[in-house]
Amino acid sequence: MAANAAARRSMVWQIVLLALIMLVCVFPFYWMVTTSLKTQIVALESPPVWLFEPTLNNYREALFEDGVLRTLINSLIIAICTTALALCLGVPAAFALARFEFRGKKDLWFWFITNRMVSPIVLALPFFLIARNLGMLDMHITLVLIYLTFNLPIVIWICTDQFRSIPYDLDEAARLEGASQLTILAKICLPLAMPGVAVSAIFSFIFSWNELMFGLILTRTAAKTAPAMAVSFMEGYNLPYGKIMATSTLIVIPVLIFALLASKQLVRGLTMGAVK
Amino acid sequence: MRGKVSRKTIFGFLGPSVIALALIGIAPLLYALWTSLHFFNLTKLKKVKFVGFENYTSVLTDEVFWQAMGRTFFLLGVSLPLQLGLGLGIALILHKPGLTLLKTLARLSLVLPMATTYAVVGLLGQVMFNQKFGVINQFLSPFGGGNINWIGDSTNAFAMIVFWDVWQWTPFVALVLLAGLTTVPGEIEEAARLETKRWWTVLRYVQLPFLMPGLVAVLILRTADTLKLFDMVFTLTRGGPGSSTEFISLMIQRVGFRGFDQGLASAQAIILLIITIILAQIYIRVFYREV
Repeated sequence: MAANAAARRSMVWQIVLLALIMLVCVFPFYWMVTTSLKTQIVALESPPVWLFEPTLNNYREALFEDGVLRTLINSLIIAICTTALALCLGVPAAFALARFEFRGKKDLWFWFITNRMVSPIVLALPFFLIARNLGMLDMHITLVLIYLTFNLPIVIWICTDQFRSIPYDLDEAARLEGASQLTILAKICLPLAMPGVAVSAIFSFIFSWNELMFGLILTRTAAKTAPAMAVSFMEGYNLPYGKIMATSTLIVIPVLIFALLASKQLVRGLTMGAVK
Repeated sequence: MRGKVSRKTIFGFLGPSVIALALIGIAPLLYALWTSLHFFNLTKLKKVKFVGFENYTSVLTDEVFWQAMGRTFFLLGVSLPLQLGLGLGIALILHKPGLTLLKTLARLSLVLPMATTYAVVGLLGQVMFNQKFGVINQFLSPFGGGNINWIGDSTNAFAMIVFWDVWQWTPFVALVLLAGLTTVPGEIEEAARLETKRWWTVLRYVQLPFLMPGLVAVLILRTADTLKLFDMVFTLTRGGPGSSTEFISLMIQRVGFRGFDQGLASAQAIILLIITIILAQIYIRVFYREV
């Protein structure tokens, strides 16, 4: 009987703690969404109110009057282009790293991992000067290229890992029939590696979509990204908090969906495979 | 025979990636190296001239630089133990059998903070920690803390940065450690539990060895990420008040883009890069020995 009571008590504790964990994780999002539905007057009430008449005005104004829609489209274009480019370049490279033997492979690995760890400010300084000299400030292509510095290594890492898990016998059989390496990649390995390729695409999309510093430094108006736009609301007195939270909500929703889709591989991807 | 292919094939597959990364990843670094050896101010571009290691000597003797570096590692020293402690607790709860549905939901909600746009975390901080209409002060008011100035006070602003760093990255630590816990063979864990009722004995002698790789990964990656930390702090405090939350990446950004001294900022960036390369070396030595 005593053991039973102890087990029940442990169960209750677990439920309480799990509820607390979920509450802490989710509450900021709840607050963000409710603030985005408040008028400026309601948003500035002290102490804050929990029940109020919701309005979509902040979304309408932010999207259509302040040009947030335009910046969301910019962010989308940039994230899709850089992801596509990273896949085109990274998938064959990953295949080579998984399948071929050659000198310098280890150094290449080291270089990719280092790229993941370098602070973006280290690249932002020279990139700004180069882009300025080439007249490439405030252009989509500039961000597409600079985002490759962190997207390409992550695509290469995840895909190499995936290609390694495909049995070598399959290639061998195809090669005996005279298939080239390119055919083996396209016809045999790539279809089998699709889950890994999809996850690496999601990672690349999330990292590009979330990025602020390069967007801030390298764009002004034409290629301004959504996070840079959200930050530009933060100037002057009497900040439009409802509008800022509406913009934040629009930015965060797609990444949360993608992150949930890739949730099983998230840890593996973030640690570059050190943790299975 | 396995894996032997012609040089042309290797180059065809790897070449485009390597060339792309060399152009966008290495060429800019060489340019930064060049800039760091020059007097290079964005407002005085006609006066660019070679100064040798002058920028480096001024960085290395610059108190502000070392303070920012110290502050960065202090942040790591405060938030990493919190993340490890809380993360381990969460991982142990999620690892217990039973309550499957609730635990799956908890695991999914842990994914959300990690994926959140860093800039949005900073903006959320502005709203939730506002002195007048912030919900955090509302929560604290029954305990007599209803009027705390979070953003305008040095210590409080630092505490707020710690809060958001812990909020965003404890889930990462928890999921890494949970992954480690699931690698403990079931029979070993059960045998240990028959021997002792004390959970910390099981943790210390049975589970800890399996957690080590994850712990080392967390240690190195969190160090690298703290050195990278910019977006969230920039949107929340811009490094202020004063320089109380000016971490290393913010400081370099200020010197280079708000102080316009690209030469000095590049020298700081190169020093930061060297520290990062050492970290990456350690990471690869620990984890990719077989590659």
